[in-house]
Amino acid sequence: MLRVIAKRILLVIPTLFGLSLLLFLWVRSLPGGPATALLGERATPEAIAQINELYGFDKPIVEQYFTYMQRLLTGDFGASIETGRPVLEEFALRFPATIELTIVALIFAIGIGLPLGYVAAKYYGKAADHVSVVVSLIGITIPVFFLAFILKWVFAVELGWFPPDGRQDSRIDATHFTGFWVLDGLLTGEYDAAWDAFTHLILPAIALGTIPLAIIVRITRASVLEVTSADYVRTARAKGIHERTIRDRFVLRNAMLPVVTTIGLQLGLLISGAVLTETVFAFSGIGRFLADAIFARDFPVLQGFILFIAVLYAIINLIVDLSYSLIDPRVRVQ
Amino acid sequence: MSSVSVPPAGTAPAAGSPKKPAGGAADHGSSLWGDAFARLRRNPQAVAGTIIVFLFVLVALLAPWLAPFGGEELPGQREIRPTVIPGIGEIAAYPLGLDRFGGDVLSKLIWGARASLVIGLVSTALGLAGGMLIGIIAGAFGGWVDNVLMRLVDILLSVPNLLLAVSIAAILGQGPLAIMIAIGASQVPIFARLLRSSMLQQRTADYVLAAQTLGLSRRTVTMSHVLPNSLGPVVVQGTLSLATAVIDAAALSFLGLGGGRPETAEWGRMLTYAQADLAIAPQLAFLPGICIAITALGFTLFGEALRESLDPRSRR
Repeated sequence: MLRVIAKRILLVIPTLFGLSLLLFLWVRSLPGGPATALLGERATPEAIAQINELYGFDKPIVEQYFTYMQRLLTGDFGASIETGRPVLEEFALRFPATIELTIVALIFAIGIGLPLGYVAAKYYGKAADHVSVVVSLIGITIPVFFLAFILKWVFAVELGWFPPDGRQDSRIDATHFTGFWVLDGLLTGEYDAAWDAFTHLILPAIALGTIPLAIIVRITRASVLEVTSADYVRTARAKGIHERTIRDRFVLRNAMLPVVTTIGLQLGLLISGAVLTETVFAFSGIGRFLADAIFARDFPVLQGFILFIAVLYAIINLIVDLSYSLIDPRVRVQ
Repeated sequence: MSSVSVPPAGTAPAAGSPKKPAGGAADHGSSLWGDAFARLRRNPQAVAGTIIVFLFVLVALLAPWLAPFGGEELPGQREIRPTVIPGIGEIAAYPLGLDRFGGDVLSKLIWGARASLVIGLVSTALGLAGGMLIGIIAGAFGGWVDNVLMRLVDILLSVPNLLLAVSIAAILGQGPLAIMIAIGASQVPIFARLLRSSMLQQRTADYVLAAQTLGLSRRTVTMSHVLPNSLGPVVVQGTLSLATAVIDAAALSFLGLGGGRPETAEWGRMLTYAQADLAIAPQLAFLPGICIAITALGFTLFGEALRESLDPRSRR
């Protein structure tokens, strides 16, 4: 097992290395070069020369690359142009918010998607199946930010059931120390603050979770359908095993493999979706910061965040792969 | 799509089950694509998707005749004030109302269809071309070429698709062309991976062995036997990519990468500016949003039906 993990980690390293090279070349290939990107198009030649000297952009490209890699390896990802603070710090500051949002979105997606997909498969060809197929189709084709708009308009603007934006009501004076605001409220005993932070998560989480939900419904449905018609399920039935045992130990467990893969793959989608969802709901996580960085052409932030996200993605994929062996003993043997 | 060539009848059986029970496929012979289209006609999902796509393309092509006003025109500039935006049916000349710039919403939706069609087609074509090139090279040569190319694809796949498109758009600057290239380029790794694995799968098929035994050159085997039979998943993905492209184009526009004037008739752009008027004119967000969703739905329905009809396992 340990060898498998070690091997997988070793395989990720070249990918990340390649990505860092691409990101390095990316900033150097921006129109007008990195200094113009930093200062804007109306910068004076003197200012550009100054920046070039300060950041070493005038040095040979190979030398620049080595300095860049040296810095990356010591955890120096540069500083944001907009805020002036280190990129790593900015990321750490906002990351918990996005994690909180993603977790609620995933709970929503899995909690509804799995049962819906199972029911659709069980009643294959019946009304429940058609409904879930249509729902999942709509879920896949609706643009995230449009869904976010609708939710915001209906439930926040018109009905006023949920707060329209932000992470917390500004009138609530809550103590924050972990970055996870719901958790903070629970730990400090400020339950109203925790509840308030939670209500702020609901609409963005639904917007963010809908596409993964739709995809989970479809994969679960297809996977359960395939397993149900498998020989071993027929054999189990023939042996007179209780339907519930068949469902839990034969159908669900075997049908879960593709579902777990899909959930892992959805996490990348969630990060893309977070850029749009967090923007609509003015939710201050990494997604919104990224969107702001795109607007402001804050390249150190974009460069650093993309690398962090790729690392995250790699870690998630690793966890997904390892979770196979928990679900499916056959993988462990190979 | 000219890239979809019907493979020689003799090679088709290897790609799927050779003989289909009578019915449907008779007028097309027994080729893979003929079979697939025969099945498509009987699939309600495919028919619905085709109708949506057909209407969308029709509206996009006939925009100059269908739209009451030009794409750049702002005919209702006098009717709007910061707090009053005439909505659906309020002024007879503008059936779907006006937006905050005084543009006629109906006209903008129609011209927006054209913009979406162009962006969708061009970006998907670029993605297909780039992806197929990499896929063919990797799939045909194998060995270290394959290794290097697939590691490169791995790197690109480690960045979420939308972020990749945004990063590419940042290099190219703002504007519709930049968006098309960005979306197309962000789809290259998917197409490349798909075509390569499909080709590798086909290469082990018996008909390839047969062709090799006949003494055909490697290039002939690859280009006229392996490649045509490997195209199925790529064509399906291409159709689905049209849906993604329409949505992604709107998203990039929404993120401010569209360039040009704010009143440009583009669905994503219309949504961006609708955000500020959500409380007084929610229809400004709903209408373009629904257009994007329906268009994406059309391509998705069609693509999925196509996938099902090409998949030998789904033939019953």
